[in-house]
Amino acid sequence: MSDNIPKPDKLADINYSPPRKDWMDTAPSFRKGTWCYGAAQKNLKYLDLPNPREWHPNEEDWKLPENWQRIILEGMRERLKKFRSFQLFMDICVRCGACADKCHYFIGSGDPKNMPVLRAELLRSVYRRDFTLAGRIMGKIAGARELTLNVLKEWFYYFYQCTECRRCSVFCPYGIDTAEITMMARELMNLIGVNINWIIEPAANCYRTGNHLGILPHGFKDSIDFAVDDLHDITGVKVEAPINRKGAEILFVTPSADYFAQPHYFTLLGYLMLFHEIGLDYTWSAFASEGGNFGLFTSHEMIKRLNAKIYAEAKRLKVRWILGGECGHMWRVIHQYMDTLNGPADFLEEPRSPVTGTKFDNAKSTKMTHIAEFTSDLIRNGKLKLDKSRNDHWRLTYHDSCNTARAMGILEEPRYIIRNVANHFFEMPENTIREQTFCCGSGAGLGTDENLEMRLRGGLPRANAVKYVREKHGVNVLGCMCAIDRATLPTLLEYWVPGVEVCGIHELVGNALIMKGENKRETDLRGQPCIASSTCAPESDAVKPNKDSAHV
Amino acid sequence: MNVFYSLIAVLILLLLVCLGVGVGDMRFFFGAVAPYAAFAIFIGGIIYRVVKWAGSPAPFRIPTTCGQQKSLPWIKSNAFDNPHNTFGVLMRMALEVLLFRSLFRNTKTDLKGQRIIYGGDKYLWASGLAFHWSFLVIILRHFRFFTEPVAPFVPLLQKLDGFLDLGVPALYLTDVGILAAVTYLFARRIVITQLRYISLPADYFSLLLIFAIAASGVLMRHFFRVDLLGVKELTIGLINFNPKIPDGVGLPFFIHLFFVSALLAYFPFSKMMHMAGIFLSPTRNLANNNRMKRHVNPWNPQVKVHTYEEWEDEFRELMRAAGLPLEKE
Repeated sequence: MSDNIPKPDKLADINYSPPRKDWMDTAPSFRKGTWCYGAAQKNLKYLDLPNPREWHPNEEDWKLPENWQRIILEGMRERLKKFRSFQLFMDICVRCGACADKCHYFIGSGDPKNMPVLRAELLRSVYRRDFTLAGRIMGKIAGARELTLNVLKEWFYYFYQCTECRRCSVFCPYGIDTAEITMMARELMNLIGVNINWIIEPAANCYRTGNHLGILPHGFKDSIDFAVDDLHDITGVKVEAPINRKGAEILFVTPSADYFAQPHYFTLLGYLMLFHEIGLDYTWSAFASEGGNFGLFTSHEMIKRLNAKIYAEAKRLKVRWILGGECGHMWRVIHQYMDTLNGPADFLEEPRSPVTGTKFDNAKSTKMTHIAEFTSDLIRNGKLKLDKSRNDHWRLTYHDSCNTARAMGILEEPRYIIRNVANHFFEMPENTIREQTFCCGSGAGLGTDENLEMRLRGGLPRANAVKYVREKHGVNVLGCMCAIDRATLPTLLEYWVPGVEVCGIHELVGNALIMKGENKRETDLRGQPCIASSTCAPESDAVKPNKDSAHV
Repeated sequence: MNVFYSLIAVLILLLLVCLGVGVGDMRFFFGAVAPYAAFAIFIGGIIYRVVKWAGSPAPFRIPTTCGQQKSLPWIKSNAFDNPHNTFGVLMRMALEVLLFRSLFRNTKTDLKGQRIIYGGDKYLWASGLAFHWSFLVIILRHFRFFTEPVAPFVPLLQKLDGFLDLGVPALYLTDVGILAAVTYLFARRIVITQLRYISLPADYFSLLLIFAIAASGVLMRHFFRVDLLGVKELTIGLINFNPKIPDGVGLPFFIHLFFVSALLAYFPFSKMMHMAGIFLSPTRNLANNNRMKRHVNPWNPQVKVHTYEEWEDEFRELMRAAGLPLEKE
């Protein structure tokens, strides 16, 4: 943990009273730990994005183009015409405040500009001045203000303190979605080269190599081969993991962290075991080696540019349909953007499980099925031999990732899988799961080390709910279906709730899966003994959510 | 400070009508010209705004899903909070518009030590609902002034609304409802510090103006009795485009009418347009059937992509060495 991060009790001492001065008159202070570094010149250049230069957000001079205000205002005009969401969300907010305490960053920081309503007002105030009559005439009284350098700096600070998690939009009476507003603000800032490296570098890597981490084709193959060998050691079974194989039935796409980072790697092992055991005719692709899409955090154009390779590769490899791994924002893109941007996928067939014959009607146009849908169907049809007790050392809770919960609604599939592969499953309180789930605090490209304090603050509500089930049920692992969760929640939990690990759902499947010809398994995929340790707390193995307790 | 701007604005309106009708003899202006102008701005403004909104396309299907998706047949989907077809969307919209479904979810977050507590908070929902429904019933009740013979639903509404039968004339529940709800909505903007921080003059102004309308109406009904026949003659004259200002109609009525005119004229330029906007909200009015049915974006951007061929060209030697299949040997 970074040296200048305060202790948890200090960080959780949060002041929710707004300052006396009007919000239009308070400028952000770029305090260490609460903002991300600007995008490096080489990455902007590689992507042909505007104003490539070396710059630092905490320095006075941002090296902006001469006419930057005009570029932004023209960009706004264009987007108001292109997005009904943007135009409408600028106009209809009544500032009822229902969203205010729904944002994890507000709860964790107390900064009033982290209330979704005020975050949006940062943009609305400029919209009012330049695009509405009242704002033009009455100025500040009508809530309007000029786009100055300080306003721009405020945009940068607060629109990179929003993880586009959409929790506020669940509570908004008009469905105003701050994610949509943040996306617009980031698009606008990208027009003048105001963006962060933690987003632009993965985007540039992804554009060049096919994946965010910049893993080259041979490195990709090494990673997969390593996992295959590792699995041979653990299970005694040699699985096949074909790469760029033409004519396979299914193309499998997953976030790159799954084959390169921990604890994602154990989820990768789970996929490989599952596919081998059901004899799936599939292929990996070293080109479509990333399901995630940091274009989502840049611009709609960038979403399309980075996403194009998935359909292109499915076409080149002549597969019938696509299966997607565990990821959050990847699935927001695939579910809500891919078909519209890069479809129609008329060269593919409607997904159909080769094992059970189930047709995935819900994916008949996009032709891409979520692995939780695929696996829960296998289990439902009795196609997997599972030994739940191999997960007995885990006392598990499940964290819905923002995007799969609020942009898809894939809530029951993972829970069904969990109940079939693990004995000890405990839900966190109602207000913190399913459509009301809390973000990890590091999504939408903010999961970088220099932003650690803000991440820990944003992750407080999630961590608090984990702490609740840890104290009540002795929970020692948090399951999730999101690569960013798996990358950032371990840090968060180590800080707020030490002793809770993070795992993927298919890691648990891998643990429980009985493979033909396997060695006797005494450890899980992590090499830990499968037997429940004596440190595990209470006995009440209530699998149901705690309906009665709305409290954390 | 913001609250004073709005208070002053409402007082100026009051002063205008008092001076206009009381001192200057501008009864025709306040009884006919202003209402006509206001109504024209109201209708024209709403049409302008809605046409403008509708002129921007919904390029992506981005519903906020608030329940289980429709996927496998044995998993029960949440048809209204996560609709997958038009019927579900209609139900979701109906729940939203008629019952404020999303606001019903509202919670209040508290930090106790290091522990975060989420309590239910239905006050905003309840007061919002009481306010909007009362307003609607009051508008409908006013049709007794606009129809001759009086439309049959009006006496029915009056009876239901006045069923407590308190006082003469009977006290309407909706009158109490709207005044109480607006007072609460106003008070929370002042008392809750975060809300005070985000409130603009316009937020107070709408509430104050509506309070002024309701209060002047209630005062007229229960305290400053007005010549109802005269008022009806005036309103019928207005809707028949034959404006007449009978002598018996006094200042209290002109005050009420002018506040209403001000509200109508202000409406299209204000946040009150959420009344129309909610129907167009893309996170609510679209079905979550993205993967079932392709959504078309009319301006789908042309972008530069990195093709497989370019990619293989860059990495061919590495791939060959690793034994990966190649398109071009």
